[in-house]
Amino acid sequence: MNFVESIRIALRALNANKVRSALTMLGVIIGVAAVILLVAIGTGVQDEITGSIEGLGSNLIFVFAGNFEEGPGGGGPGGSSVRSFSIEDADLLQRRLGSEHAVVPVVQGPLTLRVGNRTMRTTVAAANENAGDVFSADYVGGRGYRRSEVSASARVVVIGATVRDRLFPNQDPVGQTMSINGQRFNVIGHVAAQGGSLTGDQDNQVFMPITAAQRLLGTTDVGLIAVKAATADDVEILQQRIRQVLTPRFGDEFSVFSQEQTLGIFQQILGTLTFMLAGIAGISLLVGGIGIMNIMLVSVSERTREIGIRKAVGARTYDIMSQFVIEAVTLSVAGGAVGIALGAIGAQILTEWVPTEVTVWAVALAFTFSAGVGIFFGVYPAYKASRLDPIEALRYE
Amino acid sequence: MPESANRAIPGPCDETRVVLEARGVSKCYHLGEVEVHALRGVDLSICEGRMLSLMGPSGSGKSTLMHIIGLLDRPSEGSVIVESEEVSAMAPNELAAVRNRRIGFVFQSFNLLSRTTALANVELPLVYAGVSGTERSRRARAALERVGLGDRMGHLPNQLSGGQQQRVAIARALVTEPSIVLADEPTGNLDSVSGVDVMTILQDLNAHGITVVLVTHDDTVARHAERIVRLRDGRVVADDPVADRIWAADRRDEVVEEAGGVQA
Ligand SMILES: Nc1ncnc2c1ncn2[C@@H]1O[C@H](COP(=O)(O)OP(=O)(O)OP(=O)(O)O)[C@@H](O)[C@H]1O
Ligand SMILES: [Mg+2]
Repeated sequence: MNFVESIRIALRALNANKVRSALTMLGVIIGVAAVILLVAIGTGVQDEITGSIEGLGSNLIFVFAGNFEEGPGGGGPGGSSVRSFSIEDADLLQRRLGSEHAVVPVVQGPLTLRVGNRTMRTTVAAANENAGDVFSADYVGGRGYRRSEVSASARVVVIGATVRDRLFPNQDPVGQTMSINGQRFNVIGHVAAQGGSLTGDQDNQVFMPITAAQRLLGTTDVGLIAVKAATADDVEILQQRIRQVLTPRFGDEFSVFSQEQTLGIFQQILGTLTFMLAGIAGISLLVGGIGIMNIMLVSVSERTREIGIRKAVGARTYDIMSQFVIEAVTLSVAGGAVGIALGAIGAQILTEWVPTEVTVWAVALAFTFSAGVGIFFGVYPAYKASRLDPIEALRYE
Repeated sequence: MPESANRAIPGPCDETRVVLEARGVSKCYHLGEVEVHALRGVDLSICEGRMLSLMGPSGSGKSTLMHIIGLLDRPSEGSVIVESEEVSAMAPNELAAVRNRRIGFVFQSFNLLSRTTALANVELPLVYAGVSGTERSRRARAALERVGLGDRMGHLPNQLSGGQQQRVAIARALVTEPSIVLADEPTGNLDSVSGVDVMTILQDLNAHGITVVLVTHDDTVARHAERIVRLRDGRVVADDPVADRIWAADRRDEVVEEAGGVQA
């Protein structure tokens, strides 16, 4: 008997029990859809963060307080013993590294904005006059803050696209005033929408001189210090010099990463996360597989007489075996195909809220895995069927 | 239905023309502590192209013997020889191949696949013989026409009468052009007219050279063969030629009349 014939027999049997086949497939459909969806989210987030780090401009070095470099044992963020940087540290670095390299201290924090009776909560990303070297901003109107405004803690603010649309709908915000945490600020510029970034959703942010932000947030701390090297060749030497400058002050409680290293770390974390998500979804696929096995076992005992008849007229062991394995694989592969379609549609819908990307490898993996589930969980019932004694099977009531 | 052709009384059968042989076949079932001896040393040889009836009271081992010589079951002791091949030592897949090519079965309870059309049921042995689609369908149609069911090919078994179902089963048995057809009470579940039709077909097959073994309770049915072997308690107790053989084709009008003029 050939393969096409086995498929035809399997399809006929599945067709005869439509509801049961559909319910059995449901387990695999949900499993595969979950794999596709979760991997799509993981990959999408990973791509977006990669994009935003790469989009920051080139030749960047990031300096964080706390020791992240010595693996799991070393320090960690937010540890109480970790001393934060201050603006003086950034100034020190700027003096020691030379003016051809730009040193940019960055502060972030939550704020409440109010214009008239409209309020919204958002975050601020504040830096010095060199901010443009680190954050790419595409000004729709107005300008960025200047050096004089940084040294004077001037209450000036640049707003993101979402903020503008909410607080100044259909107006030119430049020259208007807004209240930020109760303080009056002048809007000096607004930037084009550009989606998410390393520092969060950039459209839903405001930007101001770091000195003004520290006052608003009631802190003298600096979250991180970014350094833009003049050329790519300087990056490595600069990293060493930054360490030399900071070690006397901070010991080893700080970390220096180049842009590539930062990218690598994020990719590693998110890659692991994606695999974990896929693994969790894989468990539901496994449960779907057990469902297939269960139904196939029921099917074999229900169809014992049919097996007896087939054997009486000359079906060999592998004819029966392949018939039932193909039935199980058809269930799982059809379930896999539907699951992939649903997962892809779901990922498309989710792009409203989170970045998603359906990758070829995720589809291939889910498909192979679901076919594998069919074979794995179909073989035992099929083996049982194929080993039935013809006369016992014929006598079975 | 075609008329039977050759009605000459066959002569004695020589050794070389034995198609089916049982030598010292015993079958013992173990049900817990109890041992049931269904067959106790049966010797039987069936010559090519002959028609033989196996008779005996209920529980005498007729079906058991038929299953063993049809290679559906294995004897506890003794050997079975099909067309001078010893089959006792064959692996299940080899037995399946021999059943497929050389043996056709007709069961009392039809044993058709219930969700499958008459045509697909008849095609089934050809599927396992590896015959390709169009050829398979052509041969299955020819077999169904031969049993008078040319107009019922697309019907499911539950859309057919008992007699029609049994004719589908016969078509399935003959579609591979086997050398032997084994029929276990083929008329047992049928009314008299359908029974005569089935017997007519079996005699016609026999007239075309196929060896037929017929298991039955019924003395009249048994006399459609040329030889009757009687079993009792798992032993052969008699083996006689039939003196006044019945030809089913000749009896049809008479049976129809007895049944009240109802045409099958
Ligand atoms: N699977 C089995 N397990 C145990 N005993 C069995 C089995 N099959 C048959 N037997 C026994 O073997 C004996 C012969 O059975 P078999 O079916 O061959 O009789 P039979 O001559 O065909 O009877 P009938 O005319 O009623 O069909 C019976 O006593 C029966 O109980
Ligand atoms: Mg019987």
